[in-house]
Amino acid sequence: MTTRWRLLGRLAWRESRTARRRLLLYMSSISLGVAALVAIDSFSGNVTRSIREQSRALLGGDLSWSSRQRFPASIDSLIDSLRVTGAPSARVTTFASMGVVPRTAGTRLVQVRAVSAGYPFYGEITTEPAGLWARLHDNANAMVDPTLLIALDAQIGDTLVLGFGRFRILGTLKNVPGDPGLAAVIGPRVYIPERFLPETQLLVFGSRAEYEVLFRVPEEVSPGKFVARLRPRLEAARIRARTVTENEMNLTEAIERMGDFLGIVGLVALLLGGIGVASGVHAFVAHKIDTVAILRCLGATSGQVLVVYVTQAAVMGLLGAAAGALLGIGIQFLLPHVIADFIPVDVAVRLEPAALGLGLLVGGWVALVFALRPLLALRSVSPLQALRRDADSTVLRMRWRDWPRLLVNVALVGSVLAIAVARIGALRDGAIMTLSIGVAIGILAASASLLSAVARRMLRRGWPYVVRQGVANLYRPANQTRAVVLALGFGTFLVTTLYQVQSNLVREFTIKTSASSGNLLFFDVQDDQALALDSMVRAAGHAVVQRTPIVTMRIASINGRATEALLKDSARATWPLRREYRSTYRDSMVHTETLAGGRWFRALGARRDSLGEVSVERDVARELRLRIGDLVTWDVQGVPVPTRVTSFREVDWARFEPNFFVVFSPDALTQAPRQFVLLTKVPDDLATARLQRRVVDRFPNVSSIDLSLIQGTLSGILRRVSVAVRFLALFSLAMGVPVLFSAVAATRRARVREGVLLKTLGATRRQIERILLAEYLLLGALGSMTGILLSFAAAWALMRWEFESAFVPAFPPAVLIGGLFMALTVVIGALSGRDVFRETPMAALREG
Amino acid sequence: MLVARQLTKEYRSGTHALTVLRDVTFEIPQGAFVAVVGPSGSGKTTLLGLLAGLDTPSRGTVILDGTDLADLDEDARARLRGEKVGFVFQSFQLIPTLTALENVQVPLELRGDDSASVRARDLLARVGLSDRIDHFPAQLSGGEQQRVALARAFVNAPRILFADEPTGNLDRATGARIVELLESLNHESGSTIILVTHDAALAARAARIIRLADGVVVSDSESQSDAASSAASDRDAVTAVGVAVDADPKL
Repeated sequence: MTTRWRLLGRLAWRESRTARRRLLLYMSSISLGVAALVAIDSFSGNVTRSIREQSRALLGGDLSWSSRQRFPASIDSLIDSLRVTGAPSARVTTFASMGVVPRTAGTRLVQVRAVSAGYPFYGEITTEPAGLWARLHDNANAMVDPTLLIALDAQIGDTLVLGFGRFRILGTLKNVPGDPGLAAVIGPRVYIPERFLPETQLLVFGSRAEYEVLFRVPEEVSPGKFVARLRPRLEAARIRARTVTENEMNLTEAIERMGDFLGIVGLVALLLGGIGVASGVHAFVAHKIDTVAILRCLGATSGQVLVVYVTQAAVMGLLGAAAGALLGIGIQFLLPHVIADFIPVDVAVRLEPAALGLGLLVGGWVALVFALRPLLALRSVSPLQALRRDADSTVLRMRWRDWPRLLVNVALVGSVLAIAVARIGALRDGAIMTLSIGVAIGILAASASLLSAVARRMLRRGWPYVVRQGVANLYRPANQTRAVVLALGFGTFLVTTLYQVQSNLVREFTIKTSASSGNLLFFDVQDDQALALDSMVRAAGHAVVQRTPIVTMRIASINGRATEALLKDSARATWPLRREYRSTYRDSMVHTETLAGGRWFRALGARRDSLGEVSVERDVARELRLRIGDLVTWDVQGVPVPTRVTSFREVDWARFEPNFFVVFSPDALTQAPRQFVLLTKVPDDLATARLQRRVVDRFPNVSSIDLSLIQGTLSGILRRVSVAVRFLALFSLAMGVPVLFSAVAATRRARVREGVLLKTLGATRRQIERILLAEYLLLGALGSMTGILLSFAAAWALMRWEFESAFVPAFPPAVLIGGLFMALTVVIGALSGRDVFRETPMAALREG
Repeated sequence: MLVARQLTKEYRSGTHALTVLRDVTFEIPQGAFVAVVGPSGSGKTTLLGLLAGLDTPSRGTVILDGTDLADLDEDARARLRGEKVGFVFQSFQLIPTLTALENVQVPLELRGDDSASVRARDLLARVGLSDRIDHFPAQLSGGEQQRVALARAFVNAPRILFADEPTGNLDRATGARIVELLESLNHESGSTIILVTHDAALAARAARIIRLADGVVVSDSESQSDAASSAASDRDAVTAVGVAVDADPKL
């Protein structure tokens, strides 16, 4: 038995001799899909592994406690007592403030991180010049992001003023573990020693700051156990405790989710490859009819024939997948350079055998399953064909109710479903994805049939011969309409969908930012500073767009049930119950809001009771399971404020304007301690800088954000996202090449024979070229147009349900992509037809 | 022993039924050399396909070396061919991607016979192609290709060998050499040979000639290898054509 298998394997190897290159080309349709999968999985594996290895450095300690408020005295003394028992701690206080360099008179919003000596316990903060981190605490020093020096035209050694404190810039930061470069978008980072923090006088009432304590626990103690018994006390003080393991899990989860999303692109790429394989193998099969007929005459069973060719396809599929895997490894090594800023960890690039193996396995399998469909047709090749040869399509005709064929179809759909579910992680979404792909393929196949039917009907005798011949090629026996339209349409569909979604997201962002009515936002403005700041801005000749009071608060109870009790109620999300709300009050809605339920505030006299009224943002209301008429009592800095929910609002968060989860009726909060934010419109950079400097001189605690600066930075990020999408699109386009080659190959032989016959009958080279051009132009136009229409539908669906936003088709890129694919089709068609001119009529006719 | 009983083959195209072979019956004893002759379209190739189990008859029986082909499915027939049948075709039908040696080995390898290489080399030597064993079909002349095909046909020591116009694509001299080779190989192996041809001279080398016209056996006679019998066979050929003319009023 084994001898028989060995001999069959040997026959498969020998028989493949001249067809290996061609078969490999068809099977290489799978390569780019595999490359995408391997690159994505390997990179995501690299990142999560790096996170695991650097997890302590990323957190800075074994355990972190953090809060939006200063720790209460009881917790402070707990921290002190823990230190005595062998768990040293370090503090980090993070807040935004204006940084001023007096020498250059430059101002810029910065993120201050006041750290105590000992921070960080793990990992190393690298600086330029090197090794200066240890000297930070020697004096009132500051270590800053290099971008700050550029923004303020400053240099090392300059004085940096933060509030009332003065610091000497000691050096710049090169790398801070766990703090990706992207964090500097809102403002460059400035590290100062904690003991000089009071000198700045910046942390006043209502200032937004994050207080964190990091611990190093003894080796033998598990951070989880260490914190477990303290959790109730910490929760009571609204302090969040994170162990190094929890932090690691959060980070890796995010990375894995990103990997899964990108993996879907990889999956679609793989399927496109599968279609390429199927049509390529179809061509290959037609080529092998003669050999199979001979083998059958010589005693080969249909099973043996199948073994020979499935072996060939499997080996070549595996080679194609291997080539893809190698390419994927190459991309994996490039990726960290492209997206380093988005990743919170130094990525150590190395081979990920699991990702590599999985890519090979999945790629090889998909190639094989897609190849099996056409290969099965070889079973029906009769030995009689060695005596008398029929047309390819007659020889390879298959019965509908052929169980191996049905089995392969089931395996095909099952494989796609399994991969989709594994990638997306949810059965329902995976099934929807599989179904959508099925529908897309169905529509493409239907439109191909439609094209054939229309071509048959439309054809007129009066047309020039070459056009008639070209159009007739679309419906004559052994036409390639379906194969090409499917491959081309699917490729266009994939690339255009990517582009449409990207351009819609970018468009939305651009519209929203440009719609903002102000461009300079002052915040942390104290109650007694608000009027003075207002007149200062006006005196400088600028308009005050908005002056908004802000009151900080938490939810105390809903309909009489205390927050603690509600937290145990699993039906509600916990984050909106725990969070600190920064709310405002006003008597009307602003233009970023629309009423989504209930009615706006009534005048005090028109209410049933004297309760204040609140309007809650729709999504938070949903998370809190609030209904119109519910009673919510707020803890406004110790004072309970009961209110009634009278409306829900939909808020356009994407605009750079102060927006709020909760808006109060003015009467409800007039007595509460408050702060202000003030939005102004300043014409240019110079005026902005001047106003910022004057404000910071007078009110050092007031910070300001130049929104155009943020817009610029965010646009920069979006540009990089766009580049990434373009890369993906280009990748898919490149993938279209082997796939289209395979599709065209399916009928290439018949085409060439026919061309040569025409030549024999007196057709000129030009005429044959025109016939080919007419056919491929039509195929290209229909395939890409159907693909574009499908992509509009897909992009609409994605925008509607995934990004919850409107879809506006972007025509120019769609037309461009469609045109590119069409050109590709014509070029590939012409290339495959060039044999017509190479072969002499005699050679083709002799071949039979 | 090869038996055909009332072999009929019809092709159906829409409502029309086309009978290409009708009630063909004969018996061929083991070791016989039989020629099947007839004009183009007389059903020779169809008959060959049915006898070799390449196709199934609409009615009738074929018993090949004691096995009724109707009892076998497609794959079982293939196995039977692998064990007991050899083929020589007009257009050689070598597998273009295999060398001469590999082509000859195929029938044995399909049976899982590990000695294929030794036996194939031996046969290629017998047909005079020892120095061409690593050549691909495209590198061989027509005569050489047919010699490879002969070696392949005999490699599994077939009980019965079908030859479909084996000299049709060759010049007369080369064709004659191929036939001599065929006879000499057969002499050693004792196979039954069914030779399909419309070459009267070639057919005359057979011991028995079955003439087909329009799907019907019009004569089944012993052949004599002297000149007189050659003349007789020519007359027979004329008769056969006459029958064909009568049968088709369009001619």
